[in-house]
Amino acid sequence: MKVALIGNPNSGKSSLFNQLTGLRQKIGNFPGVTVDKKIGFCRLNNQTEIEIIDLPGTYSIYPNSLDEQVVLEILANPANKDYPDLIVVVADASNLKRNMLLFEQVNDLGIPTILALNMLDAANEVGVSVDSVKLEKLLGVSVVEINAREGIGMQGLKMVIARNLESPKVHLNPAVIDEKDKAIVSQVTEKFGIKNEYLAAQYLAQTPKLSFLSFDQQKDLQTLVEKSGFDADRFQSDEVINRYADIAHNLDQVISIQKEEKIKETFSTRLDKILLHKFWGYFIFLTILFVIFQSVFTLASYPMDWIDENMGALTDWLKAILPESKLTDLLTDGLIAGIGGVVIFIPQIAFLFAFISLLEESGYMARVVVLMDKLIRKFGLSGKSVVPLISSMACAVPAIMSARTIGNWKDRLITIMVTPLMSCSARLPIYTILIALVIPQNTVFGIFGLQGLALMSLYLLGFFSALIAGWLMKRFMKSKERSYFVMELPTYKMPRWSQVGFTIFEKAKTFVFEAGKVIIAISIVLWVLSTYGPGDSLDKAEARVIAENPGAEQTDLDNKIAGARLQSSYAGMFGKVIEPVIKPLGYDWKIGIALIASFAAREVFVGTMSTIYSIGGDNADENTIKARLRNEKNPVTGEQVFSVATSYSLLIFYVFAMMCMSTIAVVYRETKSWKWPMIQLAYMSVLAYVSALVVYQLLK
Amino acid sequence: MQMTVADLKLGEIGVINSFSDSKLSLKLLEMGCLPGTEVKLDFIAPLGCPFCISVGENYQLSLRKSEAATINISFPLN
Repeated sequence: MKVALIGNPNSGKSSLFNQLTGLRQKIGNFPGVTVDKKIGFCRLNNQTEIEIIDLPGTYSIYPNSLDEQVVLEILANPANKDYPDLIVVVADASNLKRNMLLFEQVNDLGIPTILALNMLDAANEVGVSVDSVKLEKLLGVSVVEINAREGIGMQGLKMVIARNLESPKVHLNPAVIDEKDKAIVSQVTEKFGIKNEYLAAQYLAQTPKLSFLSFDQQKDLQTLVEKSGFDADRFQSDEVINRYADIAHNLDQVISIQKEEKIKETFSTRLDKILLHKFWGYFIFLTILFVIFQSVFTLASYPMDWIDENMGALTDWLKAILPESKLTDLLTDGLIAGIGGVVIFIPQIAFLFAFISLLEESGYMARVVVLMDKLIRKFGLSGKSVVPLISSMACAVPAIMSARTIGNWKDRLITIMVTPLMSCSARLPIYTILIALVIPQNTVFGIFGLQGLALMSLYLLGFFSALIAGWLMKRFMKSKERSYFVMELPTYKMPRWSQVGFTIFEKAKTFVFEAGKVIIAISIVLWVLSTYGPGDSLDKAEARVIAENPGAEQTDLDNKIAGARLQSSYAGMFGKVIEPVIKPLGYDWKIGIALIASFAAREVFVGTMSTIYSIGGDNADENTIKARLRNEKNPVTGEQVFSVATSYSLLIFYVFAMMCMSTIAVVYRETKSWKWPMIQLAYMSVLAYVSALVVYQLLK
Repeated sequence: MQMTVADLKLGEIGVINSFSDSKLSLKLLEMGCLPGTEVKLDFIAPLGCPFCISVGENYQLSLRKSEAATINISFPLN
């Protein structure tokens, strides 16, 4: 048995879902779209276990965004595998009138329904009380009072669900299809063999949004609409107005309002006075950003160091107990190194999403959207782009997916296109090491470390280039679609920790499975390319090194051998092939290898550098890499390879370069075409190359 | 002259009477902005846009100034 939860945004639907299913839930994708599908299981009583599906929050079955469209696709298609046997409409009792619109529409689609009245406490606070017994009589379907946040009324709801699955009830609304549309609607019911007239009307009103209809069916419907002069907009607005009239008529009989003489300023209003203040509003937002930034990088470094040590220890242990062979090397230096490269980012992603989810849960994120909208609108973005932009400081993959909440296609596309310019956590190790190379550890004004300031400027550079890129795209992209901003401003609430936990878990999982598989695959490919070379060139190189360094210390010799083998491997050959192209940027062929290696995932850069500069596997800590890089001399000119110019050039290159296969993959999925990820790859590569070129030539 | 939500002063209340943008009105309608509903201007974001309005004392909406200008209002007689 399938039961779907449906309701307005902020109606407490997700809380109810978590209460009913506990941890027994899984997240998948709706077929064809990347909107998250949350499914959970719930035992109603000894005999029955049901599947619960949490549909995206929406105000009506007329969708305004991709998320909302899923609701229509499922409810308008009884053949859909997620089509529910029963719907629980979760309604915010303090705002019942608006919540009832969706209730009526669902009923008209002929799906059995239960009405769950949530947030009665909030309603009581504003002097509204609802007679749910009378409402049940009026509507003819079960009405259940719940408190989803506290988990009150769950047993009752489960009993009612069980009863309704046995004897389903549908509320009958006054007809919304008027005389002049009757004829065309009945043509649709005949042609498509559907009984439900309201569903037939939806076929007409929302043809292009019903992707389960075949191309020919859609064309037939369009012809019908054109011939009969059916006006979809008029139908929708008439429907909504008629429904509200009916709802008001019903609710007048069950709702009593005790108005206090003077409307007290609510807590939310008072808080808004500060948080949306023209000075304090921005000040507080920047402070919060700063705190997030600091904690993501300082707090997360502890678990990251721990992971790093343990992955190293695991590698050492495996190398010790397994026989020395290529297979062992593949396992340790290829596979485990790859997994380590993924796992290491989990703490930063978890911390960042913990904060983002706290901001969203508390209702503050909606205020940030309001604060930022006008500022970033000029740059082709919308206030709603703020969440993806902040998220991408951890990882662009979940960030790009979070752009789905932006209803307007052009705004959403521009957001997706510029999001990877924000510096993600994978760039951090590269920044850290290169900054340490060229920027002295001095402080200015006694408190700000120069290195820290440099790091911050790189993040700002990323942010401002995202704005500029957005501004340019806005000029070149044409869109006939109108952009709407209208959104509900939720009241402030205490965050629910379980919800924060769920979010962290989901996002970390997304990263591990989306980005992780690419990174691991690339690590293995890279291992192969750097372990094998044409013919016996690697063995020859090793013999040469041994001959050239008689009496060298064993570890030193091992390092030299590893370096020489890499040079003569396939990876080394590639590095030399691209050297002419990257020479103007100040890079030699060794950096070339690292560039190629990190093309698929930029976090590979530092690891590759340590291999190339033969620091030797696992004990390569930052200081040894740094010292090694600093001493690296050009064999021809004798100059330092990592000169100031080269280091800055590399830094700038990594700020702009789109070096992340997972991002390309997720952009492809979200935009459903190769066009956009390819444009993105091209513009970011050109930007990276040209800026690095300019920086190197100026500083040389 | 036709007044719109964009003309409201802070704290001022108006009653929705019609919409001048039919596409946007569909969205506003389903969010509960019906003709006859009282709206109060609660906040204007620091840079003069977006607006935050209370709809029927039930909940708050945030919308851009240009969107607010499509909601025609009249004033309650009192």
